[in-house]
Amino acid sequence: MNRIKKFFSTFLLLELWKGMLVTGRYLFKPKITVHYPEEKTPQSPRFRGLHALRRYPNGEERCIACKLCEAVCPAMAITIDSEQREDGTRRTTRYDIDLAKCIFCGFCEESCPVDSIVETRILEYHGEKRGDLIYTKEMLLAIGDRYEEQIAKDRESDAPYR
Amino acid sequence: MESIRQIFEQLFGFEWGGMLYTLASNVTFISAIIVPLLLGVAYLTFAERKIIAYMQIRVGPNRVTFFGIPWLRGWGQPIADAVKALMKEIVIPTGANKFLFILAPILTIMPALAAWAVVPFSAELVLADINAGLLYILAMTSMGVYGVIIAGWASNSKYAFLGAMRSAAQVVSYELAMGFALVCVLMMSQSLNLGDIVNGQQGDSLLSWYLIPLFPMFLVYFISGVAETNRAPFDVAEGESEIVAGFHVDYSGMAFTVFFLAEYANMILVATLTAILFLGGWLPPLDIAPLNMIPGFIWLLLKIAFLLFFFLWFRATFPRYRYDQIMRLGWKVFIPITIIWIVVLGGIMQLPETVRGDFPLNLWF
Repeated sequence: MNRIKKFFSTFLLLELWKGMLVTGRYLFKPKITVHYPEEKTPQSPRFRGLHALRRYPNGEERCIACKLCEAVCPAMAITIDSEQREDGTRRTTRYDIDLAKCIFCGFCEESCPVDSIVETRILEYHGEKRGDLIYTKEMLLAIGDRYEEQIAKDRESDAPYR
Repeated sequence: MESIRQIFEQLFGFEWGGMLYTLASNVTFISAIIVPLLLGVAYLTFAERKIIAYMQIRVGPNRVTFFGIPWLRGWGQPIADAVKALMKEIVIPTGANKFLFILAPILTIMPALAAWAVVPFSAELVLADINAGLLYILAMTSMGVYGVIIAGWASNSKYAFLGAMRSAAQVVSYELAMGFALVCVLMMSQSLNLGDIVNGQQGDSLLSWYLIPLFPMFLVYFISGVAETNRAPFDVAEGESEIVAGFHVDYSGMAFTVFFLAEYANMILVATLTAILFLGGWLPPLDIAPLNMIPGFIWLLLKIAFLLFFFLWFRATFPRYRYDQIMRLGWKVFIPITIIWIVVLGGIMQLPETVRGDFPLNLWF
């Protein structure tokens, strides 16, 4: 009996039909694709994207050119030159991040004693020429100015866990 | 038709006019088959990507559209792909045999398109109504393997050569089972003419199609057809995950596209032949009022689409066969089944007239 059953199930390709039914059912299931430019996946406040340099509320830039981020950077993507400013404080004259080298590990942000260099949630940026991905101090400060509200909110929401 | 011939004869004289008319009419008929076929191929690739995507709970291509019409999103994809392929360079490797390298894609697509000459689209619509239609089809589909072997050889690459060897052995073994399955159809219909084969399946309903008396042959033919066209799960000749792309690794641009076109044209051809040989071609499933009003051409298209869906469904479902398993299936399973069925069929056909004339058998014999 069992052999007859096996004979017919082999020749009627029963097992293959079972497999095809599985894929056939999936054909009608709702699709899980996120249609990217129109829809976006939720982001964590800890998201590590494009860098930014922050300022104090009075407009003074936070960075004190301690060069900890330059030292800690595993990809050596950060280049800093510093000088004394007229008021006697130490400030950077050059703060370049080569985003082509950067691995977005977040060590620079961790190491910063004044919360100056941060990684924002921005991930949609690109360069069209060679060198476009080297972000200078001015560009980083501009990003910081533009997204300060979001940056501050994200730091605050993460503060209880730090 | 005759009046157009007369216009030709008046324009170019009797002799030249007749010849030119024959040429012009044949070119028109051929393009009337090839152009819709190539469009069908283009949209088959789109259907394949869409259906396989849906079976993997993705959405597939949904961006390229015509004139920004939102509900046509994705439908421009095959056109965009074609334009891309046309603009790419055809790289010929240094070590390759240039002549054979160029010849191979042509040899692949030529039989895939030529076989369509004898395919009847409805009772009247057939380009070449020759009596040895089935034989011609067998000859043409067997030619396709030369393109694959020559491509693998001419590329002068290990992977391409491996793919070609696999393809050669596989296609040759499945050709046998396929041929035997066709012999059964031939015995039933007593004719090699594809139109006569369809007419032999005429009856009140789909019960009189050859699908039912020849059901095992239908399975054998269709599965061999999948193997013949090197489609998943028998795509060891391509085997993109083991020998990169098999016989066409070194092809790029339009040369690759020609292989691609030939593969899909062959898929459509196999589906069409299965529809004609086993599913009653242009015949409606029930010979009653609303169904037999629909032109036979539409029925044939529906059957082809149904069978093509299975090609795509197989690809989404089954993992690739191991090579020895393919050979085992071809030689140790399909060929014995077909041979036994030929004997059984011959036995039934030799039954006395009184038995054959009674109910189930009188439908087919």
